[in-house]
Amino acid sequence: MSAVRGPLPEIRRELEEPVRPSPQADASKPVVIELDDVWLSFDRPVLRGVNLVVREGETVVVLGESGSGKSTILKLIMRLLVPDRGRVCVFGRDIVGLDFEAALEVRKHIGMVFQYAALFDSLTVYENVAYPLRENTDLPEEAIYPVVRERLEFVNLDPDRVMSQLPGELSGGMRKRVGIARAIAANPDIILYDEPTAGLDPLAVDAIVDLTRKLQRELGVTSIVVTHDIRAGFRVADRVDLLRDGRIVFEGTPEQMVAADDPYIRAFLG
Amino acid sequence: MGRFVAAIDTWMRNAALGVQEYFVLGQRAVRFVAARPFYGADVLVQMDRIGVGSIPIILLTGLFTGMVLALQSSVELGRFGAEIYLGSLVGASMVRELGPVLSALMVAGRASSGIAAELGSMRVTEQIDAMETMGTDPIKKLVTPRLLAGITMLPLLTIVADAIGIIGGLVIAVFRIDLPADIYLRGVWQSFAASGYVLGVFPRDFVSGLLKPVVFGAIIALTGAYYGLTATGGTEGVGMATTRAVVTASILILGTDYFLTQLLLVVLPPPGL
Repeated sequence: MSAVRGPLPEIRRELEEPVRPSPQADASKPVVIELDDVWLSFDRPVLRGVNLVVREGETVVVLGESGSGKSTILKLIMRLLVPDRGRVCVFGRDIVGLDFEAALEVRKHIGMVFQYAALFDSLTVYENVAYPLRENTDLPEEAIYPVVRERLEFVNLDPDRVMSQLPGELSGGMRKRVGIARAIAANPDIILYDEPTAGLDPLAVDAIVDLTRKLQRELGVTSIVVTHDIRAGFRVADRVDLLRDGRIVFEGTPEQMVAADDPYIRAFLG
Repeated sequence: MGRFVAAIDTWMRNAALGVQEYFVLGQRAVRFVAARPFYGADVLVQMDRIGVGSIPIILLTGLFTGMVLALQSSVELGRFGAEIYLGSLVGASMVRELGPVLSALMVAGRASSGIAAELGSMRVTEQIDAMETMGTDPIKKLVTPRLLAGITMLPLLTIVADAIGIIGGLVIAVFRIDLPADIYLRGVWQSFAASGYVLGVFPRDFVSGLLKPVVFGAIIALTGAYYGLTATGGTEGVGMATTRAVVTASILILGTDYFLTQLLLVVLPPPGL
């Protein structure tokens, strides 16, 4: 099995620099997301007894090779999937048994950034960012407009330039930033990132990482970042979970992961 | 042998599951018709795409069908000196069967494939997942407006096809077989009158010819939506969903037409039956 490799010495150097956000994880803070012994199979087992706890304000990065089940965890938290066994709790409420309408209510508290942004390609950038506000609030259009502008400015986009554009007219990095603006439009308590840096050039990766840290710092949201981009993941993580063949084989800080002696972790970090 | 039986078993299970999912989709789409929020603007957009966008193809289909029907019928009727019945034959054929069925098949080819391609692309690019994560039920937002557009626009398109088909027959009657226009049109009207009236006002053929397209419109919208929403595997999956939507919708339209005709003969029996 080929592991995704990253340049370990450079990662070590980056970890020594005081650029990472200070860990917001605090055992006294309430648990926001909990996966308890979660099993899920499709044609083959995808998750095999996954346990994961995320506390308020914490940023947990789930690392793993392609096909290891990382994105499946996000879909379980959004209740786009239901596990074969185990509990998935959001704000202490088990969402596995919820009906469709109740699940929609839970989702309104969660923003999700998709791997390829998943913007509605028939809607303009403005309409995309305004979408969750139009759908889930009674705000009039005069109130939505300034929120959309503010969110686009937050993700370092020029509202006057991009608002009337269609997603197809934007670069990959810009699309991703619009996706983040849409995810935070309705002030969610939780943000889930699915491969936020996939397919981006290094400068765009830096911009997305900076943006993720800005969200942590300024909004204090609880975040789960699923990625196989080790360097980007370490730069935003309070805590790292490493998924291998449907099981979490490591949990700790980025520093602890870099210092680990486990052969698989060494191979994974390169 | 055991493997063959297992394959048959799996195929039948999947087919049964597919039928179940199809009806659940239809049931939920209908349930959301009266549920808030209403996506009125989306309904209008779909009425434009499915209805107004299909008018050119319906005009051409109706016109040439009426002309060919008149041309072929005139040969047979001419052997018995019965050309004066051409209007009755064209009118009854267009309004009872050809108008509803051909309109539905043409719109199925155009709209069912379009719906499957659009929703399939949204599915494989995670746009439908995104919609769900933002608290929107994709069936309410995407399927119900298309269902409403289908069941309202298909009857209107059928009226257009019926009318233009009868006009096509008129053109052949007047310019090809020298049948006076008033005789042809009287024949059309007599065929309606002979089929009896519903509520004493509406010609039976006309009513039955407009009830069928309501069902066909639902089939077109739901079949396209079903295959689009269940598309997997990237662009190839979208292509397969599109093909399956057209084939399945066409077969369902033809099969349903038979059963609806049987049903309407019982519910709205013509005089003397």
